[in-house]
Amino acid sequence: MLKRTIKTHPGKRSSETKNPLSFSAFSVKIDFAFPLERETGRKMMNQREACDRPARGADVSGRKDLDAPMRWIARLGALTLFFLRETGRMGLFLGRAFFYAATPPFRLGQVLKQIQFIGFQSGLVIFLTGAFTGMVLGLQGFNTLNRFGSTALLGPMVSLSLIRELGPVLSALMVTGRAGSAMTAEIGIMKITEQIDAIVLMGVNPFRYLIVPRLLAGIIALPLLTAIFDVVGIYGGYLIGGKLLGVTKGTYFGEMSNYMGMVDVLAGIYKSLTFGVLIAWVCSYKGLRAGFGAEGVSKATTQAVVLSSVLILFWDYIMTSLLF
Amino acid sequence: MIKLEDVHKSFDGLEVLRGVSFEVPKGEILALIGISGHGKSVILKHVAGLVKPDRGRITIDGKEMGRLKGPEIEALRSRFGFLFQGGALFSSLTVFDNVAFPLKEKTKLSDQEIEGTVMTVLEQVGLRGTERRYPAQISGGMIKRTAIARALVRNPEIMLIDEPATGLDPVNAHTILDLIRSVHRQIGFTGIIVSHELTRVFQIVQRVAMLFEGVIITVGTPEEIMASQNPFVRQFITGEIEGPIQYR
Repeated sequence: MLKRTIKTHPGKRSSETKNPLSFSAFSVKIDFAFPLERETGRKMMNQREACDRPARGADVSGRKDLDAPMRWIARLGALTLFFLRETGRMGLFLGRAFFYAATPPFRLGQVLKQIQFIGFQSGLVIFLTGAFTGMVLGLQGFNTLNRFGSTALLGPMVSLSLIRELGPVLSALMVTGRAGSAMTAEIGIMKITEQIDAIVLMGVNPFRYLIVPRLLAGIIALPLLTAIFDVVGIYGGYLIGGKLLGVTKGTYFGEMSNYMGMVDVLAGIYKSLTFGVLIAWVCSYKGLRAGFGAEGVSKATTQAVVLSSVLILFWDYIMTSLLF
Repeated sequence: MIKLEDVHKSFDGLEVLRGVSFEVPKGEILALIGISGHGKSVILKHVAGLVKPDRGRITIDGKEMGRLKGPEIEALRSRFGFLFQGGALFSSLTVFDNVAFPLKEKTKLSDQEIEGTVMTVLEQVGLRGTERRYPAQISGGMIKRTAIARALVRNPEIMLIDEPATGLDPVNAHTILDLIRSVHRQIGFTGIIVSHELTRVFQIVQRVAMLFEGVIITVGTPEEIMASQNPFVRQFITGEIEGPIQYR
């Protein structure tokens, strides 16, 4: 890496040439500084090119005094601290978001704009995903149930699978891919181009302006998208099972009402509500903590999508085990 | 009006400011000059309260920035206009909406009053006719002028201006700096301007401070700075390769 140092006259105060960023696993300090402030520092380091950037959190390669097993333990310790720090920050972030969401002023216009972006603009993707998922379920379900002479149960099988699990989960995953990634990228770019600083300097709370509308839009849009997914999926299943494979309409939909209850519908809604929070939370957080430059934003976007997806699947399991 | 006393700041162990002190009296513009990457923009962010110092005090009208909370700091910031190096315009909003943003958010003016004010300011910066365009559809100079319009729309008492002419052609750069001078004459703001356009900036400002390695090494009038015998200042102004400031 190109290094630049500034030489001064002998006797003058000389600039520091040691790597000020090298640190051991044991010196990782918990820092709750505002992300913008840390970013300013990173930007300056880029400008000065005075030092190599450390691998975040777990770089113990500089600890030549440690032997291999100790380095692994040190790395594990650093990773644990990093995990705890991130968890704490994310928890505080969510707490703040809920606090501002519950207190005026409310930005209805911004919320509607985000509902349009997260909800309405995801409609086609959700429609297609729901239709094909329902059709596959109809086909696979019919073939399986046919072996046991239970094709009459195709309707309940498709609808329960969709309403309880596939609808909320797949809708959330699709929204993460379409809207969540865009959310992270947009906030990340706003951050690196100092637009968030500009918002702060105009006396506007960036949490209220950027995060809260996305959180509320996620909470409102996800259950609606999930409902669309479920309905389209059920009809997709009927299209294959009924129109193509011969299950009658009365059997398909009639048995559905026998085997399904409100509890199933509500469980699906609860799940999608929490997924809406999760997507807005993770994707906004990652955007606000995006690193410097295009690389920083792309990295944040990838992290947001991966983390949201994993958390959706994890949280789905937790919710399923609690609700059923 | 703006006073920095012994301000220190480090980022992840990298010491950026090592005891910065200077003062800007009311109605005066101070030019902050120095080598790129030595913390000039960080000083502006400290003054705006976007970054907190590790040590030292920043006071605006006797109020210490570090001690202000919530509504107090918001009230103080409402007196600021900040021109960011890249403009920091909201890419999803038109030129009109960018300039109107502070009025819509922080005042109770009617839509008509907002429109009138915005159009007046756009006229002032020579951007009438571009109000429906988005930042991606206008030139670098127009972005800077839009950003100036946004900073001016609430008649700020304090202007913090970060490299207003960077990346612009000489004519555009001159236009922007001339605009800042004329606005200063009109509303008499107190300001700090970071710029490398020394000749033109020296015509606007009352005093100049040079930052080097995290400390202010000299403060004086533009004439005093031009005549300075400090080897660092001399080399910086003349742009000589040989001298105490060396790049490797």
